Amino acid sequence: MGYKWDFYMIFAGYEWWWLKGLGITVAYASATVGGGLLIGVVCGMGLLANRWWLSGPIHVYVETFRCTPVLVQIVWFYFALPILLNAVVPGGGLELPAWLAAGIGLTLYMGCFATEIFRGGIISIDKGQWQAARAIGMTYAEMMWHIVLPQAVRRMVPPFVNQSVIQFKNTALLYVVAVPDLMYTGYLVVADTYRPLEVYSAVAIAYFVILYPLTQWGKRLEARSDR
Amino acid sequence: MTVDNPRTPGAGAAAGTDHPMLAVRDLCKSYGDVEAVRGVSFDVRAGEVVVIIGPSGCGKSTTLRCLNLLEEPNRGTLRLDDRELDFSNRRTLPAGRDLARFRARFGMVFQQFDLFAHKTAIENVMIGQVVVKKIRPERAQAAARDLLRRVGLEGMDDRRPRELSGGQQQRVAIARALAMSPEVLLFDEVTSALDPELVGEVLEVMQDLAREGATMVVVTHEMSFARDVADRVLFMDQGQLVEEGTAAEVMVNPRNPRTRTFLARYHRGAQEDPGQGGA
Repeated sequence: MGYKWDFYMIFAGYEWWWLKGLGITVAYASATVGGGLLIGVVCGMGLLANRWWLSGPIHVYVETFRCTPVLVQIVWFYFALPILLNAVVPGGGLELPAWLAAGIGLTLYMGCFATEIFRGGIISIDKGQWQAARAIGMTYAEMMWHIVLPQAVRRMVPPFVNQSVIQFKNTALLYVVAVPDLMYTGYLVVADTYRPLEVYSAVAIAYFVILYPLTQWGKRLEARSDR
Repeated sequence: MTVDNPRTPGAGAAAGTDHPMLAVRDLCKSYGDVEAVRGVSFDVRAGEVVVIIGPSGCGKSTTLRCLNLLEEPNRGTLRLDDRELDFSNRRTLPAGRDLARFRARFGMVFQQFDLFAHKTAIENVMIGQVVVKKIRPERAQAAARDLLRRVGLEGMDDRRPRELSGGQQQRVAIARALAMSPEVLLFDEVTSALDPELVGEVLEVMQDLAREGATMVVVTHEMSFARDVADRVLFMDQGQLVEEGTAAEVMVNPRNPRTRTFLARYHRGAQEDPGQGGA
């Protein structure tokens, strides 16, 4: 191979860029997974309440975000939502910063999957457990807290870890709205050094090094919840 | 060993009185177009063992589940001691915490045991006391240990449900129900899911409870249990109470042709397969 690899060139002088990019990626992944988890618990509970005026809107939300690409969602929140808001809000002049638009999109995307994971975990618990809890006089909240959730959470963890891994990779889409995450940092370094092979390889390796242990951990949890 | 129950005015003493502890009138329950229970009325006196028999799908389990409101009846009234519920008038019905606490006055044992899978045997017996009755864990644990010993499971405190046989699980489930000091015990085909050789140990515990004066409503296919333990036997068919009387009256000299048909079919089945129904 005639190509001469040079990794030194893409790091020297760019350490701070890379560190910041990595930090932003990890921060976005954690924040949107956390936010999504919160949405998932709230919406999942809403679906379980069996009230049409509650479950109707939640279904619309879940299906909307599940059946459209997250890239489209991020772009829509950044470019389209401000126009819509300005048309509705008198005065106008609203602008959604890129970091917020992208964050909202990613969080809502995670939230719709978390909702399904939460709901699925709860309804997977045998109905006998529910009726036994009610028969000894537990209220709905007591039954959920002491009987259903402790069993359901163990079943939710593996799919949740799985979805979090996907979410972590999806943060690379921040690139399209110029949030300087790991991927966008790579783009900037390439523009500076003209070394796309080294840069994008390094970016890929960074994602891999973080996520491979996470998927292995997820596998272990899955095996454990089978027992 | 007596059923420890502050609310029952001495199970043994009350057994003699005629004042029913539980009175059911014109109970109806339907699911859409299907009428599962059609106007059932009966009384249960304190300390009495009432056994409900009948063919599959006759509504006996649904009737039982209506008593502690696991199913909400569509019509009829139910009186437990001092509390009367009129199901035609939803405003008189308890809801939320009130409903949950009313339900706790009954203890129920299920066909599939339904022990809390993430808890040990003793935790299963403790949790209702701790969560519902707000009894301190140390006291609940002592009570639970006593109850487990009482159902013959000494030393099994820390077993998980999946580490117990069906018969053992069902006995933990009985202890779990007893831990709430219920006024009435409901048994819903509690031996139907057990291997034949495990049926006896569960029936024995139930027989002990009956002897100690517990008030029990038992839905079962165990005809020998009905014959030997029941103070009164109710025969249900197609959602209705067809015949009612002592075990001798209903099971030996049934008046109603439907009861006769059912019992004849049962006896025939029992002869062909000695394993079935024998305890």
